[in-house]
Amino acid sequence: MRCPLNGVRNISEFICGGEVIDMPDADNCNDREWADYIFMENNTRGVVREWWLHAPTSYWFIAERDTVSNEIIKTYPASEVYNQRIDYPDTQT
Amino acid sequence: MPWNLLKYGFNRSYPADRHFPLSCALKSSYDIVIIGGGGHGLAAAYYLAKDWGISNIAVLEKSYLAGGNTARNTTIIRSNYLTQEGIRFYDESLQLFRDLSNELDYNVMYTERGHLTLAHTDAAMRTARWRAEVNMHLGVDSEVVYPEDIAKLCPQLNLGVDVRYPILGALYHPPGAIARHDGVAWGYAKGAAEYGVEIHTQTEVTGLKIENNRVTGVHTTRGDIQCGKVLQAVSGMSSEVARMAGFKLPIKTIPLQACVTESVKPFLDPIIVSGSLHVYVSQSSRGELVMGASADPYALYSTRSTLEFKEELMMHLLELFPFVGKLRVLRQWAGMADMTPDFSPVMGLTPVENYYIDAGWGTWGFKATPVCGKRMAETLATGKIPSIIQSFDLERFYRFEQVGERGAASVGN
Repeated sequence: MRCPLNGVRNISEFICGGEVIDMPDADNCNDREWADYIFMENNTRGVVREWWLHAPTSYWFIAERDTVSNEIIKTYPASEVYNQRIDYPDTQT
Repeated sequence: MPWNLLKYGFNRSYPADRHFPLSCALKSSYDIVIIGGGGHGLAAAYYLAKDWGISNIAVLEKSYLAGGNTARNTTIIRSNYLTQEGIRFYDESLQLFRDLSNELDYNVMYTERGHLTLAHTDAAMRTARWRAEVNMHLGVDSEVVYPEDIAKLCPQLNLGVDVRYPILGALYHPPGAIARHDGVAWGYAKGAAEYGVEIHTQTEVTGLKIENNRVTGVHTTRGDIQCGKVLQAVSGMSSEVARMAGFKLPIKTIPLQACVTESVKPFLDPIIVSGSLHVYVSQSSRGELVMGASADPYALYSTRSTLEFKEELMMHLLELFPFVGKLRVLRQWAGMADMTPDFSPVMGLTPVENYYIDAGWGTWGFKATPVCGKRMAETLATGKIPSIIQSFDLERFYRFEQVGERGAASVGN
C-alpha cells in the first residue's frame, strides 16, 4: 500500500480504521442516530473509502479500496476530504 | 472387501437412496421462504416441519447445498462462553448435537474430544478462571487446569519453558467436540425433505417484494415467488441481502482462513486452542490436522488465502507441536465471516414485518447450527421470540445492551 507520507510500505504496517462516514452532532442527535453511527456498517461490496493508519508513523490517511478484489485504487491525505475545520460544541460547560 | 466394493460399484441398482430429491420446479407461493441453504437455513426448515408442522417451505440456495460457510469452518462445538446468554444458548446447541445422529438417522460423526484453551499470559489465565466460574455456575463442565494436568490430557503438547510463550495453564472443557460439517447440513436437508420441504439449489435471490413495510415475495433467478414469511440465513452476505430489505446491520464481512495437513495416524485427541497465539487445531476423523487462526485484519468479500496467514499460524503451531514440522499442508481456504462488534450473533425480528434474520455468525456459527435452527423455527412459527435468543436481537445495539463475547468467541484478542 502506498502511504501518502511514507510511500509504498508492506501491508502489515497498516491498520484499517473503517469506512469514512460523517459523525452526527453528538449533542443534538438522538440515541438511535448515535447507535447507527457507532455500530451499523454499510459493509459495501465494491469500492469503499476507508480510513487507514500507517502504524509506525501514526499517520492517518484515506484509501479507496475494492472490497471484492482487494485492489487499492488510490490513497491520499485526509486533508483532501476534510479541508475545513470542524468545530464541535464544547460539552464541558 | 475389495470384491464387495467392486460388485457394489458395478451394480446398477445401488442399495443406497438419494438423501434428498432432485430440485423440482418452483411453486408460485410458499408459507415460508428461507434464503440460504447452509446448515442454519436447513436446520430451521427441518425444525419448522418437525416441531411446528409447517412444510410448505422453500429453501433457496444460490450455489450448491452447504457450500458457503458451512463448508468452511473448523467444526468445533463447545459451550464454554463468557456471558450467561452465550453459555445457555451454546449449551443447548451442544445438547442437541449429542443426539443429532439419532434424531436425523444420519451419521454426523459427532465426537467428544475435550477442548483445551491454552493460556500463556496472566491476563489469559484470568479470563480462563472467569470463564470457568461462570460456566460451572451455569452447569457447564469447565475448569482451569495447570501444566501437570495438561501433560496428562495431551502429552503431545510441548510444555517446555524454552519457548517464546510457555503454557501457564488452560481452560479445560471436556464436552468440546467436533462433527462432520457436511453431515450436519445433509442430515438436516434429508430430514427436512422427508417432511416435504423443497430445497432449491442454484437459485439466487435477486430482490425482495416489500409492500407497506411487509415482505410478500422474493425475486429469484428462476422467477418470482409469493411467500408469507422470509428467513434470511446467509452469513457472509448478510449485509448485501439485508440491503435488499432496506436495513443496515452491525456487521463487517471479514475473511477467516483455515487449512488442513495431509492425513496422519491419530495422535491428537483433544482440540487445542490458543487465544494469544491465534491458533486452533484438531485432528479430524480422517487424520488431517484442521487448523485455523484469527480473522483477517480488514473487511473483504473474498475467500482468498494468504501466505502471511500461514506463516504466522505455522510459527505458533511449531511451538506447540514441534514434531509436525514435516507435515505438508494439503488444502487451504477461507470463509467470509460476519463479524459483529460484540462477537455475538444477530437473530430475530427486523425492521421489515415478516422478515426474520439469522446473521452475524462471525467465527461461531457452526456450533450453533442446531439451536439456532430450532429457535428460529419457533420464532417464525409462533411470532414470539424464545427467551434463549431474546438478548441477541438487532435492537440490542439501539438499547446499548451488547452481549460481549470477545474473550471467548474467537482467538486473537
